[in-house]
Formats: sequence, structure tokens, C-alpha cells
Amino acid sequence: MAVTASLNLLVAVCLGYVALLFLVAFAAERAALQGRGGWLRSPVVYTLSLSIYCTAWTFYGAVGYAARSGLEYLTIYLGPTLVMIGWWWGLRKLVRIGRTQRVTSIADLISSRYGKSTLLAVFVTLIAVIGTTPYIALQLQSVTASFASIAQADPNAAPLEDNRNIALWVAVGLALFTILFGTRNLDANERHHGVVMAIAVEAVVKLAALMAVGVFVVWGLGGGVGETLARIDASARGHWQVDGARWAGLTFLSAAAFLTLPRMFQVLVVENDDERHLRTASWAFPLYLMLISLFVVPIAVVGLETLPASANPDQFVLTVPLSQGQGALAMFAFLGGFSSATSMVIVAAIALATMVSNHIVMPIWLRLTGGGAVMSGDVRHVVILSRRLSIAAVLALGYLFYRVSGGGAALATIGLVSFAGVAQFLPALMGGILWRGATRLGALVGLSLGFALWIWCLLLPSFGVGVVISEAVLTQGPWGWGWLRPQALFGITGIDPMVHAIIWSMLFNAGGFILASLVSFPTPLERLQGAQFVNVFQHSARTQNWAGGTAQSEDLLVMAQRILGPAQSQALFQDEARRQGLAGYLPEPNPDFLARLERELSGSVGAATAHAMVGQIMGAATVSVEDLLAVADETAQIMEHSSQLEAKSAELTRTARQLRAANEKLTQLSVQKDAFLSQISHELRTPMTSIRAFSEILRDGGAVDPAMQSKYAGIIHGEAIRLTRLLDDLLDLSVLENGQVSLNLRSGLLSEVIDHAVAATGLENGTLRLHRDRQAEQVMLQTDLDRLAQVFINLIANAQKYCDAQAPELTIAVQARDGELLIDFIDNGAGIPRAAQAVVFEKFSRVSDQKAGGAGLGLAICREIMARLDGSIAYLPGQGGAAFRVTLPLAQRLAAQ
Amino acid sequence: MGKHVLVIEDEPNIIEAISFILSRDGWTVHTHSNGHDAVDTVLARRPDLVILDVMLPGRSGYEILTDLRGRDETANLPVLMLTARGQTKDREMAERLGASRFMTKPFSNAEVLEALRELVPA
Repeated sequence: MAVTASLNLLVAVCLGYVALLFLVAFAAERAALQGRGGWLRSPVVYTLSLSIYCTAWTFYGAVGYAARSGLEYLTIYLGPTLVMIGWWWGLRKLVRIGRTQRVTSIADLISSRYGKSTLLAVFVTLIAVIGTTPYIALQLQSVTASFASIAQADPNAAPLEDNRNIALWVAVGLALFTILFGTRNLDANERHHGVVMAIAVEAVVKLAALMAVGVFVVWGLGGGVGETLARIDASARGHWQVDGARWAGLTFLSAAAFLTLPRMFQVLVVENDDERHLRTASWAFPLYLMLISLFVVPIAVVGLETLPASANPDQFVLTVPLSQGQGALAMFAFLGGFSSATSMVIVAAIALATMVSNHIVMPIWLRLTGGGAVMSGDVRHVVILSRRLSIAAVLALGYLFYRVSGGGAALATIGLVSFAGVAQFLPALMGGILWRGATRLGALVGLSLGFALWIWCLLLPSFGVGVVISEAVLTQGPWGWGWLRPQALFGITGIDPMVHAIIWSMLFNAGGFILASLVSFPTPLERLQGAQFVNVFQHSARTQNWAGGTAQSEDLLVMAQRILGPAQSQALFQDEARRQGLAGYLPEPNPDFLARLERELSGSVGAATAHAMVGQIMGAATVSVEDLLAVADETAQIMEHSSQLEAKSAELTRTARQLRAANEKLTQLSVQKDAFLSQISHELRTPMTSIRAFSEILRDGGAVDPAMQSKYAGIIHGEAIRLTRLLDDLLDLSVLENGQVSLNLRSGLLSEVIDHAVAATGLENGTLRLHRDRQAEQVMLQTDLDRLAQVFINLIANAQKYCDAQAPELTIAVQARDGELLIDFIDNGAGIPRAAQAVVFEKFSRVSDQKAGGAGLGLAICREIMARLDGSIAYLPGQGGAAFRVTLPLAQRLAAQ
Repeated sequence: MGKHVLVIEDEPNIIEAISFILSRDGWTVHTHSNGHDAVDTVLARRPDLVILDVMLPGRSGYEILTDLRGRDETANLPVLMLTARGQTKDREMAERLGASRFMTKPFSNAEVLEALRELVPA
């Protein structure tokens, strides 16, 4: 006993299958996102995705078609086969145009070709929606019907209360799937890898299912190939009852629909990754069609034989296995049909939603918001929302149509009506890519006429006599105008209604298109687009050809470098190349990139110039590229030159400022030096004067008594010593100030240093009385003892010279405080006037007018010495007499003995 | 009785040298060793010639010269200026202020005597 096709099991399998599709789509999206999507772009996947041409109508309807009309169903496959094989170059042109113009839908393509006409876009979108809605309804109906077929065969299942619920759930599920995977990427040029992969899987499932049923029928029921062929021969269906007009008409129709169906355009052009895939598809897709049609006649014939006459031939694919108890096979067949239906609906919904959103919703929204949405993120959000709503709306429309029509009409009829509707795009499409003279008016006129005739002759009557079109109108014409009878226009009768509608609609469509195009003048934009479309291979040859594209990008880069500078240009190009997924630094010069480049350039040279420069390189150049580059070169050089000059000028200003500062400093130094030299000169010349004068007196001899001679010699000697001391001091000061002094660090007691200084000044013989505290002086020092003694000598000598007290006294006080050793030299004289205290340590400063033989360098030397010894010397005001404090850091003091 | 010369100079050794030289040459020499009351001394002594040092305690030789030239009694008094700061600008300053002669220290005794003779002919 074979597996019973229980309804519950069916629902479970169905859900499992849908889950699998979700997984496939999700995995493919992820792979594409992570750049592992190489296999997603295989020509096989492309070919399989084209199989959405084979919808539930093909899956179920073809058998029904064959059961009713014999081999005529083959015309539905013949048209696409002829297009794929015989018009390969035309398809390639379509694909090329789609890529170069970044076309998002057939509405976009037609609108773009005819001067980016909004009216045309809306019109085409409406026709597409009207033409496709019944088709979507048809898919829902087929899924519902197949459910019903299985349910009838399940004795345990409660009878389906309402088929429409199934249709609703299917519609909702498809809407979710489509929204999830169809609006993931905004950019229509970024393909829907997930969706494409899912429909490729479905393509395999439906082919395998139909062939499985076929194999079962031929070998299981028909008793082998020979037996089955015999049955077919016996059946009336197998005979070539060829109605020439219908065959030609239907073949033409299917060929046209293959090109113009929105969903076919979506997979054929928009989702195409590589033109070269067409080469594979041109033989693989006809092969697919052949395989899927192979068992149609045997299934139809065997079905007619084995099933009761009341059985719906449209369900033979299911009902034949079911009648034989082949539940599993039936279920497989159901999945095949389910796949056919869902894949068609998904792609159709994406295609239609793109059109509705781009050409109807977004323009309205932009107008309503008054173009206030300058924020790109804002618009992006709105676009995605609009797409999602559009998808839901398209599916809702299909479901509504299904509810309203009640699912009565035969599947095949609905399919053909749809075909004929979208076939109205054909003249505008073909004319657009083949004829430069085609104009927007032509397209509008042709489409309007064809669409009107299609509605009148085919769509309205297809609802059934009496629904929209009454019996009277059908036979007498509206208002009794016989020439307007829907199936006998202009009184021409005896033609099959379908062929009739095709002939008249296409005749008026094409005729109106051509005539209106001839009498109207295209706008400049139309001309431009026309040339771009018709001559797409010439125009895009360089961009498509790898070497050519690179050469053009190279030109752009060379130009950009001259304007933006090498670093910025290369960064820009590299970034764009990465964005396009290309290796290296040369991106494809697509419109996006060119726009971006123009923006960058316009920052430097202005928008018009930028546009002209890019245009000259990209378009047919009337001014040579070399000329433009020369101009750019000159400009850049001038700019560079001027910026260099600017930099130089700034540098000069800076240098001048520095020079002025240096000059001021030098002047100041020079003044100081002059003053110093002047002082030295004075200090040297004064003793020299005495020496010279007296030595001349002595030399001249004459009346100089011996006592005077001796005195003058003494003066000469004294002044010579004074001179020597002055020179010593000067040298000493110079060495100290230049920091060239080398210290002779030794350890010694402070008291000994003072003893030495006192001895050197010859204090014992003078009038100055000295007060010392020998106990406090027992401090061990580690310093240059000689230099320290020199300071002490200076201070003691100063007291000797300048202390003006009657009984001059000098007190040397020693104390340690705050880590420092303080040695104070205080005399009992008048002290130094407050004003002079500040300059007492400056060179050549003399406090009193009194001549004391000093040159005024002593204290300056003391200050320098103390600085070298890490100590200091300062004047101590308010001590009665002159008071100096010598400070030494205590770190230099060793343990007191 | 020779001509009177007033030596205004603060360096004792130089005063002594100049006094000796001029006295031996027959001049009547008076000395003054600070700048404060130098002009008063000139006016009081009425010398035939003044030897004036530039760097003096209290008042510089330039100020004293300016003062002298500003007085009718001394406007034409011969003044020999001596300075130890032998720079060009000192000489220019002295000439502008009306010094009769300008000499830099150290000087030669003969030069001084010769200059005096030129300034005050016997």
C-alpha cells in the first residue's frame, strides 16, 4: 500500500518545503554578502531562474491544455525557444542596456528610453499590474485547486470548508517571503541572490516532479514508451490538428511575453550578473522547456483514459497518481506545482513592487513632501517601506482578483490573456532598442491603442459573457456599432478570438507607434537616450570591454589627478573600485561613479567644467581629451605656483620677523657691548695715563729731585699692578660667564677658608676690626674652596675700602637654615644706598664717588662664582652697614667635626 | 707769572702728573677734582685755560662745558677736553659742545704742552 496522501501530511511537507526555501534564500544572501557568492553567479542558476516562465499554468495547465487542444500547448514553449536561440543577440542587447542604464524594471526601461517619461512609466506600470494580477490570482487558484485535489483523495480529512482560506494563507506567506528577501537590498542593481537561488531550487523541483509523474505514467501506467505512443496515436489529442493562425499567433504571443512579462524581465535583465550567461541559457533553457513539456501529452492522454470524464484535466498531474494510490508521487507533484506557483508570484511581486514603488508611490510621496526629503537616509527608509507596501498590495490585489473571479476560468485562458496584455509592451520595447526614430509620443499612442484593444477584445470578454460584456455587445457591438464587436472588429469575423485580439491590438499598437513616432519630434533627452539604447554596443563597447573600460577609467584618473592631486584621486578611484567589487584601482565608469567624480571635481573647478570634462572623456569628444588635459594641467600648475608663492611669501614674512627680532637683540647686545667696551677702555686708559705721564717725566729727566723720582716710580708701579688686577678680573669674569671654569672640588672647613681670605686681604695690618664666631665656622665643606675664598676676599676687601665708619668693623656670621649655609658679611659703615643695591652686582658699578682703585668687577665676579658653586650672593638690606649674604647649599656640608 | 690753567680731573695720579708737567713749563696750575662746583671754581679763578676731564664725579665734563659755553665770561674760554673713553662719538660730542681741543688718555706730555701753547699764545 502506498503512502496515503493525507492532508495533514501535505500541510507539514508544504511547510517544511517553505522552510527549506527560506534557508536556501538566507544562505545565498549570506554568501553573497560575505563575498562567497561566486557560485551564485553561475549560468546554470541564471538558466534555472528563467524557468519562472513555467508557472503553475505550465505545470498543471499545459496538461489541461493538451487534454483540450492537443499539441497546441507546445506554442507556449516554442516562442521562448525561438527567442532564446534565434534572437540571442537581441537579448544580449537588452541585458547590456539594462546594465549600462541601471534599469530596474521594464517600466523603467521604456520610460528611460523615451526621455525618462514619467507618464510612460506610470502607464507601463499600470498595464503590468493589470496584466499580471490575474496571473497571480491564477497561481493562488492552482495551489488551492491542488490542495482540494489532495483533500478529496484523503478519506480521513474533513472536507475543506473554504478553499479561499488556503489562498489567503499562501498569499500572506508569499508576501512575507518576498518582503524578506526581495527588499533586502535597495539598489535594484544589487541582485536578489536569495530569491534567485530559491527559485532555481524550485525550478529543479518542479521539473523533477513533472518528469517523475511522466515516468510513472509512461512506464507505470502506459506500459512503456511504445505502448504509450500507441495510446497517444489512438487518442485524438496526439494528432497534429494545427490551426495555422492560432499556432502562429500563440507562438508570437509567447515569444513576446517572454520578453515583456515583468517577472521575465526581472530575471532575464535585472537579475542578470553576466552577459555571458545568456550564451549558456540560449541552449539550456530550451532544453529545460523541452524536458518539462516532454510528458505533457502522455499524462493528458493517460489521464483522459483512466479518469472519469468529470475530472478536471488541469489537475491530471495530481489526480492521475492519486487515482493509482501513489500518494508520495502525488505529493511530489504537488510540491512541483507549488514551486511553480510560488516562484512566479515572488518574482512577479518583486518586479511589480519595484515599478509601483519607483514610478507611482515615490513620485507622489516626493511631491507631497515637497522635495523636503533631501536627507538620503530618509528617502532610503521611505523607499524600502514603499517597496514592502507595494509587494503586499500586489499580492492583495492578486488575492482579491482570485476572490472576485471565483477561480472559474480555465487556467490556460487566464495565462494567455495575461500574455497578450504584457505583449503590448513589445512595439515600444523593440522600437526603443532598434529604432532611433521612435519617440515618446509613438510609444504612448501605440501602448494606449494596444492596451485599449486588449481590454476590449480579450480581457473583458475573458470574464465570461454577461459578466462585463453582455451578449448583446458581444454580438451586436456597443450601441449597436457592429464594427466595434469585441471579437469581430471592423466586421471581420471568423477569426479565433485570441488571434483576433492579438492581431488587432498589435496592429494598432505597432501602427500607432510607428506613425506617431514619424510625425513627432523627439526631445534632446529622447534623442540622447535613443542613441544610447540603439547603439548600446558602440556606446558601451569600451565600458563592457575590459581593456576599453580600463582605458577610459585611466583617462578619468589622469584627469582627476591633475585637478584633485594624486593622493586624493587614487583614494577616490580605489574606494570606488572596492565598492564595485573590482580588484585594483580602476573602477568601471558607471553613472554612479561618474556622478561622484563630477561632484568631487566640481569642488575644485566648478560643476559645469567638471561635467564638461567628464563628459568629454566619456562621450564623443569634440574637444580632444589632450586639449582639456592641457587646460587642466595649466590651471593646476598655476594654482600650484600661486600656492607656492603664497607659501614663500609667508616664509619671507616669518624670516623678516625673525630677522627683526635678531636685529633688535643684536642692537641691544651691541649697545651693551659698546657700554662695556667704553667702560673697559676707561678703566684701562686711566692707569695707563698715569703710567705714561710719569714715565715720560722720568725719561725726560731734568729737574726732578730724587724724592719725587722715587714717588713717581711708585705711582707707576701701583698703576701697573692695578692694570694687571683689572685684566685678571676681566679674564676671570669672562671665563666664569662663559661657563668654561673648571671647579676644583675639595673638602675643607669653612673656618679655614675664612682664615685664608682674611690673610690674603692683609686685614691684620689694617684698621678694620673683624668679628668671627669660630665655633659656628666649624662646618665641613665640599666645594671649590679657592673660589669660595675669592668671594670672601672680595667682600672683606670691599669692607676695607668702603666702610666709612670711624672705627670700621666687619662681622662674619655663620648659620645653617632650611638646608642652606648662610655666611653674612656685615660692616658698620653707611651701607649701600637703596637705589644702588639693585645694581651692585653689575659690572663696573661703583657705589661711591670715592676712588678705591676697584674697577667695579669684584661683586660681578662674586655673583658668577656663587652661581657656579650652586649657591648665591645677595645684598642684605636693613643691617645698618653694608651687608652681603653668601648662601651655599647644605648638601655640600659634611659632618661637622 | 705765567698763564693760569685750571685742571678739572678726579684721578689723583693724573692731577699730579699734569700739575708737574705744566708747572715745569711755566704755567700757574690750579686743580679741582669733582664736577659739582667745577663751574664756580672756573668763574672764581678766571683761568686762561681749562683742562677738563669727561668722567667726573657729580657732573660730567660735557655738562660743565655746556654750562661754560652758555656764559658770556667763559664762552670763549679755551677748554682742552681729556677722556679715557676714546671713541669717535665722544670726540664728536666734545666738538659739537664747543671744546677747543680734545685729547684721549693716555696722552703724551709734549702733545699736551703743545696744545696749550697753541690755545693760549704767550
